[in-house]
Amino acid sequence: MNASGFTTRLVALTRKETRQMLRDRSNLVVGLLLPVALILLFGYGLSFDVKNARLTVVLEDSSPTARQTVVGLQGSPYLAPVWVRTMDEAERLIRAGKTDAILRVPGDFSRQLADGNGRVQLLLNGVDSNTASTIEGYVSGALSTPVLQQADRTGNKSARAATIVIVQRTWFNEAGESTWYLVPGLIVLVMTLIGAFLTSMLIAREWERGTLESLFVTPVRPLELVLAKLAPYVVIGAIDLIMCLLAAKYLFQVPMRGSLMLIIGSSLLYLMVSLALGLFISGAMRNQFAASQMALLASFMPAMMLSGFIFDLRNVPVVIQVVSQALPATHYMSIIKTLFMAGDIWPDILRSCGILTLYALMLVAATRRKLGKTLE
Amino acid sequence: MNDAAATVVAQGLRKTFVGPDGNRFAAIDDVSLTVRAGELTALVGPDGAGKTTLIRMMAGLLKPDAGSLQVLGIDLTRDPQAVQDRISYMPQRFGLYEDLSVQENLTLYADLHGVPQAERRERFARMLEMTDLARFTERPAGKLSGGMKQKLGLACTLVRSPDLLILDEPSVGVDPLSRRDLWKIVQQLVHEEKLSVIVSTAYMDEAERCGQVFVFNRGRMLADGAPAKLRAWAHGVTFTARPPEAMPARELQARLIDRPELIIDAVPSGGSVRFIRRAGEDEKQLNEMLHDAPFAPRPEELEDAFMMLLRQAEDKDTKAAAKPAYEAPRVAAVSSNGANCQPVIVVRDLVRKFGDFMAVASTSFEVARGEIFGLLGPNGAGKTTTFRMLCGLLPATSGHLEVAGRNLRTARAEARGRIGYVSQKFALYGNLSVRENLEFFGGAYGLRGKALKARVAASLEQFDLEPSAQSGILPAGYKQRLAMATGLLHEPDILFLDEPTSGIDPLARRAFWRTITALAKSGVTIIVTTHFMEEAEYCDRIAIQDAGKVLALGTPHQVREQAGAASVMDMNSAFIAIVEQSRAQRETKGGAA
Amino acid sequence: MKTMRNFLDSLMKIMALVRKELLTILKDPSGRALLIGPALIQALLYGYGATYDLTNVPYAVHDQSRGAASTELLARLDGTGVFHRVATLTSSDQIAGMIDSGDALLVIGIPSDFETLRVSGQQAPLQVILDGRNSSTAGLASAYVSSIVAAYNQSLGGAPSVTIVRRAWFNANLESRWNIMPGLIAALSMLQTLMLAALSVAREREQGTFDQLLVTPLTPLQILIGKALPSILVGLIQSTIIFLIILFWFQIPMNGSVWLLYLGLLTFTVTSVGIGLSISAVALNMQQAMLYTFMLIMPLILLSGLLTPVRNMPEILQVATYANPLRFGIDTVRRVYLEGAGFSDVAYNFIPLVIVGAITLPLAAWLFRNRLA
Repeated sequence: MNASGFTTRLVALTRKETRQMLRDRSNLVVGLLLPVALILLFGYGLSFDVKNARLTVVLEDSSPTARQTVVGLQGSPYLAPVWVRTMDEAERLIRAGKTDAILRVPGDFSRQLADGNGRVQLLLNGVDSNTASTIEGYVSGALSTPVLQQADRTGNKSARAATIVIVQRTWFNEAGESTWYLVPGLIVLVMTLIGAFLTSMLIAREWERGTLESLFVTPVRPLELVLAKLAPYVVIGAIDLIMCLLAAKYLFQVPMRGSLMLIIGSSLLYLMVSLALGLFISGAMRNQFAASQMALLASFMPAMMLSGFIFDLRNVPVVIQVVSQALPATHYMSIIKTLFMAGDIWPDILRSCGILTLYALMLVAATRRKLGKTLE
Repeated sequence: MNDAAATVVAQGLRKTFVGPDGNRFAAIDDVSLTVRAGELTALVGPDGAGKTTLIRMMAGLLKPDAGSLQVLGIDLTRDPQAVQDRISYMPQRFGLYEDLSVQENLTLYADLHGVPQAERRERFARMLEMTDLARFTERPAGKLSGGMKQKLGLACTLVRSPDLLILDEPSVGVDPLSRRDLWKIVQQLVHEEKLSVIVSTAYMDEAERCGQVFVFNRGRMLADGAPAKLRAWAHGVTFTARPPEAMPARELQARLIDRPELIIDAVPSGGSVRFIRRAGEDEKQLNEMLHDAPFAPRPEELEDAFMMLLRQAEDKDTKAAAKPAYEAPRVAAVSSNGANCQPVIVVRDLVRKFGDFMAVASTSFEVARGEIFGLLGPNGAGKTTTFRMLCGLLPATSGHLEVAGRNLRTARAEARGRIGYVSQKFALYGNLSVRENLEFFGGAYGLRGKALKARVAASLEQFDLEPSAQSGILPAGYKQRLAMATGLLHEPDILFLDEPTSGIDPLARRAFWRTITALAKSGVTIIVTTHFMEEAEYCDRIAIQDAGKVLALGTPHQVREQAGAASVMDMNSAFIAIVEQSRAQRETKGGAA
Repeated sequence: MKTMRNFLDSLMKIMALVRKELLTILKDPSGRALLIGPALIQALLYGYGATYDLTNVPYAVHDQSRGAASTELLARLDGTGVFHRVATLTSSDQIAGMIDSGDALLVIGIPSDFETLRVSGQQAPLQVILDGRNSSTAGLASAYVSSIVAAYNQSLGGAPSVTIVRRAWFNANLESRWNIMPGLIAALSMLQTLMLAALSVAREREQGTFDQLLVTPLTPLQILIGKALPSILVGLIQSTIIFLIILFWFQIPMNGSVWLLYLGLLTFTVTSVGIGLSISAVALNMQQAMLYTFMLIMPLILLSGLLTPVRNMPEILQVATYANPLRFGIDTVRRVYLEGAGFSDVAYNFIPLVIVGAITLPLAAWLFRNRLA
């Protein structure tokens, strides 16, 4: 009797939530269109892969050796060198923001090189430090090649002496494509967004409109309210997940090395956590203004900045690491990146999934308490 | 169990809240009562009496701080869910899901209450028939008028026959027709199903229909008993006075109510003034005051007893209650003759359409200076639309509209400077203090420096407001005063009042109307909408609107005559008669076509 | 004379509105908290958390050679302070476990014939296996290793080589914090300014106070200005909080003129408020206002160059960023703050800002007036 009452009520409430969700077009816009927009924006818009970096070359030494040294710059797909005559001109360009770096080959370069060590000067605009470091890497790569070639040709024996060459293999992302790790991260952000934005209004709205007071004085149990509110948005989240996975595979061609079932399973688990977090914020704040601000500050921004999405957590101070470990998004981020690029690495996945399950249970329980059928 | 005939048994009940000043105050203090099963029980009392707190405790939504509370034989503190499974409760603002249709709302509550499918069909049909909502089952609840929403709320709480029905002020903001329908439903169910109902209300005519009435004030119970027993309190002190020719009833009423040492209460009704005198006070003084107005005893009503109880309680609380509630805010600067011929509001062929829907159809009237003009009509009749157009909040589709001598189409900002506006809902900034609100609106009307200071000080004094109090948590009556003070700050020529007394108790209503009559006397033109039909008696002229059309326009007396019967008929019945006549006509016309 | 008085009158009315708006924000304890708290906490959290710099690279070694060269090389690696050896592997089977679990970012493998090859003058291969899950980190670590190896090669002497003498202007150590933090001055304050402006009218509509405001003689333009000024002020206060944290807590040196910085911030904030008020005028209730704000904030941040440079984006998106005030706000702040740019250097940033402002503010006023209808 009691159990059947539970199902009847749960079905009735779920139907109500679904209807409300479908009738408010703004829900569908945020739930289905925003993720699509984000997929495209993130996928195409965010990239660390510096291409055609603007490099200004000042060749003060016009000797063939000097020309030979910098010829490698032109073949590189990463560098778009521009040649100017004087250093003044180059400095003007960098100050005007029209170039990112200056490579200066001094007048006595070939003489120095003959002495065994040629020095070139690389002037970087350090404001965009990441691009600057990348350019430095490209330039050093492009310069060293002709020198070695030349050395080989002249048959200089000492050139071969004592050289250590690096045989590098990058696992999981051989080409070092940033989309490969940004796109799985994007799935995390979308799942976070759905939860926070869609559900953070749900309970607050019922408080503000006074509908909860009427619901409370019925046989409804708080847990039924929570579960019914989660159900329709799990469906929306699942649709978003499928869209993200399809985009990842066919649009951005990110490999999926782990099993699809695990990816879907862990994503649904995180979806529950993020929906429950939104609901909890909503129940705790009881007003839409505060709830939406909290949702933005507590979910989206940290998920973007502190979850290891872009910034590697190994590089941050301990305090920040503690904060980021407290975020459910961090654990999901680690699962999803591993599953996409590395494969089914069980110990990792089990630990993170365990933590996420704990979060889901805790948040549902806490929300249930917040809906404890009292107006106090 | 111990008393099968009692639905609610409370012993020494107490509930405290933290007040705005940070101290705890008792919203319900040492209340003991027993509510009998199978009949209607009313909870009445002014704002802040604790009615809603008591009702929420009965519904298990608040926990009492002390005392015991049993509902249907179950201890509420121990098992509120068991009670919630068996009762139905309709809060002040029923939580309809506005984006769901009428049918979906009903189905949701039927599912939640576990009503079996077989029972459901019959019950829905009956509820829809009783509430007259059968035509609208597919309409979203948000698109219903206020009265229909309230009826749907009631239907949702009654999808099954509960062991106890609790209604918290079900008729606030509801027009007389819907109010009548609501009560018809409740009374029918009490009669047919022996339903036990507890209802809180501000309308004494509603309390009069109940088997038992509990009167509350400031968290304490003042009196209880059957209406007849309570009524007897006022025996022998109730009278009706007839004003001399050419004197509006409200002026005589004002004269009476300004003498609280002699008169407990006075209210205009059917062209006369009904009043309660203080027992044992000097006969000579009364005769002297009413020298030109013959008066005669009349049978006492529940409202009389209620007003007496409240005045008694108030006298005890504030010793210095002797001064008249309000003084005329402005010295009468305008001579009432001559100025009256010049209309300050001219409305000709005003039309407003929303898409295909004709909200206001070709309406014309004029309002003279210093007149009190009442705009009445059922929920959704177009009064709010008319009202918003008059204030310049909504442009007219066509027609001519002149306010304070300015055409609203061309000189809106200018015309706005001369009007004051008090909206239906409290619409001032809740988290600002009283003074901050006044100063802001003063500034917005272009007052500044000394002039602003002086006006704010005068308003605070006139409306007896505490300047540092936070506006949002003032009691309803004080919010109302603040809204009035704000509307009058810039000394407007015209004052617009949109249901200003909705949800306000009789005592505060009297004080409010005393201010209005004084304002009108000093030359301010008043446009007012209301659902309290007896308040139409304060107006010089009223217009009754339904379905966008003006059905009646004239003095209250003329309108009553148009309704068919003579002055014995009260305004409420007159209103219902006029609206129903026109609706019947429309239907036969529609049927013929 | 009359116009002067009209102007003064209008000004006083606007000031009354501004005062009221500020009071509503400041009187609410949570409003006060929201004014300072998020800016403060986010500036600190993201200041420490948002970094691309390698400070800690855990690595494992599988050294089968144990010769002088490998020992010297590993010592150089450890000497950087960035590379930390977490394990010394005894079998190549252990490599996968180290990388998979994330315990090591890279594994260095030294074959047993490393020493012999090197001494015999042949190329000695040094194997580096990287965890590519974060390609950016992997790339940086790889470059780091290469530079160490190159330096070692050079120390062995012999071949003529090219040395790059690097000098980075404006950010000598190429710290990524220097890049991100000034961007946050604009980005974090925009988050809340936009939302505040977007909600200000929607909230009044929902609470019914907007009608009360509309029946006063205030004109839509006066309401617009009265609503815009407090939001602008709040935005500038938040910017100032973040600015001070960057300057004094993170001690990133400020090279430009404070006046120019604030001129840029003011222009940028006015533009964001214009967008916010346009949202406000369109939205019917708070929920819609919040929704539209969210919908806008995401792309605005993503396409601003805060996290990744605009120049890395595809052409079409780069064109789209011209409508994004945050892009120009961030660029102005960065260039003034770090480069010490003068007005003429950043003037081009003001053009799109002023254009967007010149569209959104009148649009908001126009929408106000039309919404009244």
